[in-house]
Amino acid sequence: MNVMTTLPTIQLGHAALDHMMPMHVLVDSTGVILHAGPTLAKIRPGKPLTGQSFFRTFELRRPRYIDSMEAVFAHQGAKVYVRLRDEHKTQLIGVAACLPGQEGVLLNFSFGITILDAVKRYDLAGSDFAPTDLTLEMLYLVEAKSAAMEASNKLAHKLHGQKSEAEAEASSDTLTGLHNRRALDQALDRLISRDIPFTLMNLDLDFFKAVNDTLGHAAGDLVLKQVARILVEETRDDDLVARVGGDEFVLLFPGMTDEVRLMAISRRIIRRLEEPVPYRDEFCRISASIGMVRSNCYPVPSAERMLEDADIALYASKDRGRAQATMFSAALVDGDKEASVAGLPGR
Amino acid sequence: MHGLINRSLENFVRDTYGIELWDSVMQELDLGYESFEPMFRYDNAVTRAVTLAVAARLDRTCEDLLEDFGTYLVADARSERVRRLLRFGGVDYLDFLHSLDDLPGRAHLAVPDLDLPDLELVDRGAGEFALRVSHSEGGFGHVLLGALRALADDYGALALLEYEGRDGINATLSIRLLDAAFHEGKNFDLAAGAGA
Repeated sequence: MNVMTTLPTIQLGHAALDHMMPMHVLVDSTGVILHAGPTLAKIRPGKPLTGQSFFRTFELRRPRYIDSMEAVFAHQGAKVYVRLRDEHKTQLIGVAACLPGQEGVLLNFSFGITILDAVKRYDLAGSDFAPTDLTLEMLYLVEAKSAAMEASNKLAHKLHGQKSEAEAEASSDTLTGLHNRRALDQALDRLISRDIPFTLMNLDLDFFKAVNDTLGHAAGDLVLKQVARILVEETRDDDLVARVGGDEFVLLFPGMTDEVRLMAISRRIIRRLEEPVPYRDEFCRISASIGMVRSNCYPVPSAERMLEDADIALYASKDRGRAQATMFSAALVDGDKEASVAGLPGR
Repeated sequence: MHGLINRSLENFVRDTYGIELWDSVMQELDLGYESFEPMFRYDNAVTRAVTLAVAARLDRTCEDLLEDFGTYLVADARSERVRRLLRFGGVDYLDFLHSLDDLPGRAHLAVPDLDLPDLELVDRGAGEFALRVSHSEGGFGHVLLGALRALADDYGALALLEYEGRDGINATLSIRLLDAAFHEGKNFDLAAGAGA
């Protein structure tokens, strides 16, 4: 059975309205504010709202055509966006309900998304919101989320730092600080996959074993550190210097395939490595042999092949009496020793 | 146990009893780390072991230590955030007590895997309440006892709180609210922590 029940017209005292809707205003049919809820009154300190013109206190933003009480009546029940005409231009959202007989209108407001600023600006407290209002829950969430996010971010930064450190450790040689085999392999793969022309230099120390055997490992370590310093000094920032064995080094020169320049660099490196290194009362004397290979000699370069060919060039240098540099060419493989070679003047 | 809880316990021990004590406890336990990560999870046994070891160092009971931990969470400026998040629960102490049932739900909104105990407030009449604290770990009741005492002070309320005991997973606290507005209490600025 369908019974139509007539609900009683509700009469609410202002105290109840103030408690349930602390941000309401009552406006009479001429647009004068009759009463404002306590929270709305609080955000206009020293300027009582009662008796003020509604339209001079609030600027209606959306919909814009509302500029008279008639328009407000027509718009009742829909959401309106208003702005306080104060120095902060605080935005509010609201909804209107007509009073019986069009005597006036009841508008209830909330801060909407501007709540974070409003709470700070007007020093609002929990008791300024209706007990059913979810504003406090929202502020709680914002604060809790910020805290959780902060903890997450801290962890992310910490892990990122540890990762970078671990990567640096994993790709460097502990004695010399140069790159290691792993870093070399990664750099080679990167150059080849990006199709960047480069030269690979294989460098073997000569007479290093003699230093180790006669002066001891401490002298050997000192020499290796000195070698590392020279190799870094004699190369560009973008070049890679790696120590891949006891006295074996590999250098990569991205973007450089000019044979004349490479030979000049090789000679300079060998000359500097031959400078005696003082150790106690003695001098450590070493030299180096170099074999080089250029990536643009291959239709498709491969890291493995280039390392092998650089080795062939290196052994050609050793065969010719050490302290030499050799640029790889196919002729070397055929046993023809007429490959491009550079010895030191006077040797 | 959630790392946030373990890390808070760690902060309490470091701030209150010194870094040396913390370091030596962690060295003794030999867990493979010296500090808890707030966003990780740890076995409950780890939290129990840390509590036991710290209490033993200080020659105190775990119950006492955990109660002080609860007090620290609310009263110490270094854990202001916890105090603030708790104060969002209500505009006065009574309102706050009634919001305790929602506390685990609130916490879940922010950190879904934070395993706080279930809380149920029972009104015994005449200003007396019982709070049931349900968790497989027994320590939560003692932490809450310290925290709720400190919060009464924070709200400016005069209240008597006692730990009544534990039956299975349910611990019970009794709360007698003598005067909800005994003194001014500490200010709670809604905007202070919003980061806006």
